[in-house]
Amino acid sequence: MEPQRRDTRLDLYHDRYAARAFGMKESAVRALFAVANRPEVVSLAGGMPNIADLPLDMVANALGDMIQSSAGPKALQYGSGQGEPMLREQICEVMAEEGIRAHPDDVTVTVGSQQALDLITRIFCDPGDVILAEAPSYVGALSTFASYQARVVHVEMDEDGLVPERLREAVLTLTAAGQKVKFLYTIPNYNNPSGITMTLERRKAILEVARETGLLIVEDNPYGLLDLEGERLPAIRSMESEQVLYMGSFSKTFSPGFRVGWVLAPHAVREKLVLAQESATLSPPTFSQYAVSTYLRVHDWRHQIDVFRDMYRERRDAMLKALTEYMPAGSSWTHPRGGFFVWLTVPVGIDSQAMLPRAVTNRVAYTPGTAFYADDLGARNIRLSYCYPTPERIREGVRRLGEVLNRESQLNRTFGVHPGATHPHSVVEPTSPRPDQA
Amino acid sequence: MTATGNQIPTPEAPLTDATGEGPLSGPALGTPSAPLEGTALGTIVVLAGGLSHEREVSLRSGRRVAQALRDRGCTVVESDVNSDLVTLLRDLDDPVVFPLVHGATGEDGSLREVLGLLGVPYVGATGADSRVAFDKSIATSVIRGIGLTTPQQVALPDEVFRELGARALMDALGERIGFPMFVKPSRSGSSLGCSKVTGREELASAMVGAYAYGDVAVVETYIDGIEVAVTVIDRGDGPRALPAVEIRPDSGDYDYSSRYTAGTTRFITPAEVPDEVAEACADMALRVHDRLHLRDISRTDIIIRDGVPYFLECNVAPGMTETSLVPLELDAAGLDLGEVCEALVRQARRRQLP
Repeated sequence: MEPQRRDTRLDLYHDRYAARAFGMKESAVRALFAVANRPEVVSLAGGMPNIADLPLDMVANALGDMIQSSAGPKALQYGSGQGEPMLREQICEVMAEEGIRAHPDDVTVTVGSQQALDLITRIFCDPGDVILAEAPSYVGALSTFASYQARVVHVEMDEDGLVPERLREAVLTLTAAGQKVKFLYTIPNYNNPSGITMTLERRKAILEVARETGLLIVEDNPYGLLDLEGERLPAIRSMESEQVLYMGSFSKTFSPGFRVGWVLAPHAVREKLVLAQESATLSPPTFSQYAVSTYLRVHDWRHQIDVFRDMYRERRDAMLKALTEYMPAGSSWTHPRGGFFVWLTVPVGIDSQAMLPRAVTNRVAYTPGTAFYADDLGARNIRLSYCYPTPERIREGVRRLGEVLNRESQLNRTFGVHPGATHPHSVVEPTSPRPDQA
Repeated sequence: MTATGNQIPTPEAPLTDATGEGPLSGPALGTPSAPLEGTALGTIVVLAGGLSHEREVSLRSGRRVAQALRDRGCTVVESDVNSDLVTLLRDLDDPVVFPLVHGATGEDGSLREVLGLLGVPYVGATGADSRVAFDKSIATSVIRGIGLTTPQQVALPDEVFRELGARALMDALGERIGFPMFVKPSRSGSSLGCSKVTGREELASAMVGAYAYGDVAVVETYIDGIEVAVTVIDRGDGPRALPAVEIRPDSGDYDYSSRYTAGTTRFITPAEVPDEVAEACADMALRVHDRLHLRDISRTDIIIRDGVPYFLECNVAPGMTETSLVPLELDAAGLDLGEVCEALVRQARRRQLP
């Protein structure tokens, strides 16, 4: 008897997914990060803050006291969709450190600034709408934009940040072609992944372009307080309140585990953000908000940030020194003045994504540059994080990376692989952020 | 959680005296030999993870098999491959291992050599036999030696290109193998580092891509045809081929994404091929299993062109994930994953007996 034939996709729901879900796929690059988490591997890939310097006893006691106080029952209850009023006031104090004058009414608390990105994209973008972003830009933002089927157009940046003329051209050209440019997404301070800081002149010039063309700016500023050179530039939002949506986060200055971020937005936008927040979560986690609020109240958080800055400065310096020592000729890299990342450009012909398995075999991991572009660029780039490993591990990781690059260069010379050559298997795949890639 | 360390057996999973009898014992597939009477299976250590590029896949395989065994009432410890492993195996009272570490270490024989050294019984081929099977160029030449059809193949370490000049060698590959051709690392899995090369201008990048996974690359004729896999299991009554599963990736390419993203590939079991072709595939898988001395379980990957099966590769620790082929084939044969895994463990245990 003919056996019954089974025809399956191993996914009963295949015909039911929304169109936007079809871009969500497994990729070999993501799988390689599973190895990167093993202790044998020096991971320069993740963007995890180093919270080892936090006074955990103090945090534990403060949270314990908070739960046992009259705030406890409120912290364990549903909260307001906009976020707790006390925390919103404190957020305004934090933003004042970067020259922003804001009212707590204009702040919406979010589940990390990643959710702020989600809510902003949700209320502004229809499928096909255009978002302008620096080239390169944060992988997690690109992933959010893709999930709403928005189209990202990258705008050139140089060592002074986004190039205003290119921005103007992009807006005018796209608009003339009938495209809807919804906003510019920018990380002016210590850009993820490039580590580049937008100069004050550029901030003003970018704002000028925005005013001239009616462009909305979404300013993402998770690293602003982690300046490593004693120089803090004013946020774009401090110069303009109507045309800028500003996103902040406690993930890098306190702890990413609480997932508390925020958006500062003009009143009309804020109304929509709160409604979107309510439909997404009812209210952002109340316990997390009380925890952050308590920390800000009982701890000298400004001093804590100084402690973090000293620690990250040592790590950045270790990485820059190791790069000078171990990178082959033909490499170059940025010199970040703050934040977590160095952007490395590898010798001509090397494809950093195709090289990643060799690196993992050699017990070092990084994030290939292609993750930070919505188009096919970035093959010659690598994002290196100095935030999490110790200076000794950073040095060892860079040393291993140097070996890998030398070996890959040798292979490329042997095979005469030219810049721009196609790796059939290294097609850029839609990349979702992993927690350690933030 | 098992991803990061070794664990202590939990009392929630008591020892079982299950016999492992199931659909496989029916007339269609023969009768398994007598159960291991009076001998408990003991603690089964499911090994998964490791440091290979297939770590993620291996962890998924391990979780699935461990759960299937637990559902049968077995005592299971899941463990990564790390510096605690030897201590774990020594501390456990008479463990038996189900190795599901894919890629190097797991399939190249080294882990199994260590198990042999420690006197720990395990499911699957020996270290020495795994080493032969895992190397695609060696396995292919052995298989060709017994008269089975394989793609025309050349295996070259990267130094050869450096020493002899890559341009001339690549020209020679183009002339000998022809386009399209297929380039793959000699020792890797999950199609990592594999490329279909349609013209000479793509060859150099494909070679560099394959060498990122290892020092030897295999260049072979690209066989355009129906892709199938055949699993062979042996529960003590001799090797049996399960119905072939046919693989139809939406993208046309059964690459990493098509393998592990549920929904992106159609699997048809049994494969939609004439009976005589299905029999030829089953025969090929059985002969591969026999010639390469694969024990307990193996999966052979085949392409059928014009009714002729071509051997592509075989796997000594085939994937057991939610989208893997072996569980599909077991299902098509009316077999339960946990029951079969338990029978394979019993088989390993039986080998240990004097």
